[in-house]
Amino acid sequence: MSRRTVEYELSTTGLDAQGRPRRVPLVTDGGTAVAFEPPPSVEPELEGEHMLINLGPQHPATHGVLRLVLELDGETVVRCIPHVGYLHCGFEKIGEYRQYNQIIPWTDREDYLNSPGNNVAFALGAERLFGIEITERCKVLRVIAAELSRIMSHLVWLGTTCIDIGAFTPFLWSFQERENIYKLLEDWIGARLTTSLTRVGGMGADIPAGWTQGLNNFIRTFPKTIDEVDRMLTRNAIWVGRTVGLGVMTPEEAVNYGLSGPMLRASGVAYDVRRDFPYLDYETYDFDVPVSTHGDVYDRYLVRMEEMRQSVRILQQASARLPDGPINIDDPRVILPPKNKAMNEMESMIHHFKLVMEGPRPPIGEAYVAVESPKGEKGYYMVSDGTSKPVRWRIRPPSFVNLSAIPKMVEGHLLSDVIAINASIDIVMGEIDR
Amino acid sequence: MSAPVLMLLQVASRQVEATGTGVFLISTLVKMLVVFTIYMVGVAMLTLAERKISAWIQDRHGPNRVGPHGLLQPAADGLKNIMKEETYPDAAYKPLFIIAPAMAFIPALTAWAVIPFASPLPTRWGLIPMVVADLPIGFLFILALTSLGVYGIVLAGWASNNKYSLLGGLRSSAQMVSYEIAMGLSTIPVLLLAGNVTLSVIIDQQAHGLYNILNLTIAFFIFMVAAFAETNRLPFDLPEAESELIAGYHTEYSAMKFSFFFIAEYANMVTASALMATMFFGGWDIPISGWENAAPYTALKTVATALMFAVKVMFFIFVFMWIRWTLPRFRYDQLMSLGWKFMLPLALGYIVVIASVMLGLDASGIEYGPLYGLALFGVNLALVMILFVMVDHGRIISPSYGRLDPRELEKLRGKRQRSALARRPDAKPAAGPTKPAATAGVTR
Repeated sequence: MSRRTVEYELSTTGLDAQGRPRRVPLVTDGGTAVAFEPPPSVEPELEGEHMLINLGPQHPATHGVLRLVLELDGETVVRCIPHVGYLHCGFEKIGEYRQYNQIIPWTDREDYLNSPGNNVAFALGAERLFGIEITERCKVLRVIAAELSRIMSHLVWLGTTCIDIGAFTPFLWSFQERENIYKLLEDWIGARLTTSLTRVGGMGADIPAGWTQGLNNFIRTFPKTIDEVDRMLTRNAIWVGRTVGLGVMTPEEAVNYGLSGPMLRASGVAYDVRRDFPYLDYETYDFDVPVSTHGDVYDRYLVRMEEMRQSVRILQQASARLPDGPINIDDPRVILPPKNKAMNEMESMIHHFKLVMEGPRPPIGEAYVAVESPKGEKGYYMVSDGTSKPVRWRIRPPSFVNLSAIPKMVEGHLLSDVIAINASIDIVMGEIDR
Repeated sequence: MSAPVLMLLQVASRQVEATGTGVFLISTLVKMLVVFTIYMVGVAMLTLAERKISAWIQDRHGPNRVGPHGLLQPAADGLKNIMKEETYPDAAYKPLFIIAPAMAFIPALTAWAVIPFASPLPTRWGLIPMVVADLPIGFLFILALTSLGVYGIVLAGWASNNKYSLLGGLRSSAQMVSYEIAMGLSTIPVLLLAGNVTLSVIIDQQAHGLYNILNLTIAFFIFMVAAFAETNRLPFDLPEAESELIAGYHTEYSAMKFSFFFIAEYANMVTASALMATMFFGGWDIPISGWENAAPYTALKTVATALMFAVKVMFFIFVFMWIRWTLPRFRYDQLMSLGWKFMLPLALGYIVVIASVMLGLDASGIEYGPLYGLALFGVNLALVMILFVMVDHGRIISPSYGRLDPRELEKLRGKRQRSALARRPDAKPAAGPTKPAATAGVTR
């Protein structure tokens, strides 16, 4: 009898009477780790009527290293158990050993499709902790960064969803537009993916001269691409056939599962953090919150497509109202002195040195800030004990909460639908596993 | 030469008597070599064409590094695939695992034997037909052979002993069996009209009237959809749906065996395109002009008609690629219901309609010719309007209301647990189907 390892963790013996996965003993009494050996009563599943299939962690359509263990009856999914944790990096623990400004590069890497948005969200949280009010120009620049990154993230969702449902071409069209945003970000901060755009109390860099010209170009050309994809898919009989009625979540279920973002709005609950708990003066921008009623994959597609258009509207307004002035607040406790002063004046150099080595210190306390990330409501919670490093730092990842509904959504559907539903959740494993 | 052999040759070509056995054998050998070479090179170049066309659709450049405009890319790919290591999964059933790629590839290649590709070539030994074997049962031969292609895929899926491969193999067998029927039925009007199953007669019939695309429009649409399904091309590429089944039936394949599946796919595509061109677009016949059909055949006419045929085939190949890079993929149940609930009744009904129209036309004394064709075309136009404007409107492909009822789901979930618990540890396995040798390796 050969050794079985992971698979049996999920077969019948791995589940208790309620169908929940049971903990698998990896260590026996001898203290030596052994592979789990199943009792002979469940040998081998090929003889049974159901097939266990391991979708991931290495699978082209699980958007990273998600592992779904599916019990199939023919191609119908009878049971789905998601496994996460393959990309665990310990961001939150690492953050406890980093100054606030040093955590910002880590926020790039958790939801890596939305780096500028994460930078903005984290800076907002830190500023609430520090009790800082940022400048007007900084607010508008942060809105631009957040909306650009929302479009960027939705473009990746659009492209990968198209691939998952079999249409390859819109993927490349949307990635071309994403490249345009990358170019804008590169001109602004120098990085494309890991932007580290913000600092506590301001931005890492001001936009270079003529940058808004590029932004306006993008605002003008981008809706055309969206319209093209729209023409390709929205009324395409195959696309409609593949997405309508899939993975339906009623409004009650959506709220009970704690869904947020487009997932929630597609189910008919009009909740958008930007509108309901405004930050960065979002209440002064004119934009709509798209809401749909059916809560299926098709409606999530429609909601996200419309959100991209609304983001363009916000970008237009932000670009028009961008005020002059400083990007950083005038507070030497958190903001570094200008480089030329630091190189030429002794006091500024000492100031620079102290701030870099010791870091800005917030007062004792805690802060939580939630923003509307492309995936949903993203929260950053941090606790300060008065030193320059947080004692606790925690992310509320929208993908993680949204993913928790996947068994509810896929069970009873076909294998192909699992892929479509999984794509519609728009998960990023970096954010889920952290 | 003995009588039975001569009889066999007679079956292979009606020209034997005219040219003599020796000339027939030698010319057939030459034609085989020429067709095989052009076909294989063409298939290789198609991989490049696909990448270039997809690049064009997607605003990219495509391969442009190997040779001028990337023209040597297929050679580089072939070389790479030959040099790569062949891997065999432990649990695979080796004999079938090795045979399967060839089984997928050979039928597509063989089908070409009966497709006429140019007007007859006059030589000093007589008129040589430009088809490797002008079988009297030409079309039936093609139907029989293309059905064999599914074996390669199913066996590849089964012999790999991989769950994804198995699902791919199962999907493809269901898909091909379903669409085979619609495909076969869609060609019956063609055969009714030609009164023959020999492909050269079908071409002849179209040359002296209208092309079948006008005579039998609906049959063409059914045939085209079925051809997409038969070749496993998008939107019917479920057996290898890479986002669902990794690579489907060829997940476990590597190196040249892997690329054999690709060659088979492209070979199937060429064959399907050639069939569409032959059966519905007049084969090698040059439209409008009657020059190439007239009796004094020349070498020039042969070359011109061969080029015409190539153009028609390439057009359909382009359509194949165009659709692949435009549309999303069907789902398994949609594919099956489209095949059984729509295409099959449509093809059956169409046979009835066309047969009655032909009966009426024959009764009213209209001779076969352009007028006959125009009458058929009128009927088809009306049917096309009814079908695509009134009936379809996105209603044919049903959205996925097919979610399992929660109670059914609970029943299914309980089933496995019951059966597993019912089997006592010491009980012998129930007398089921004998396990093939391959599955013995599963418990690794």
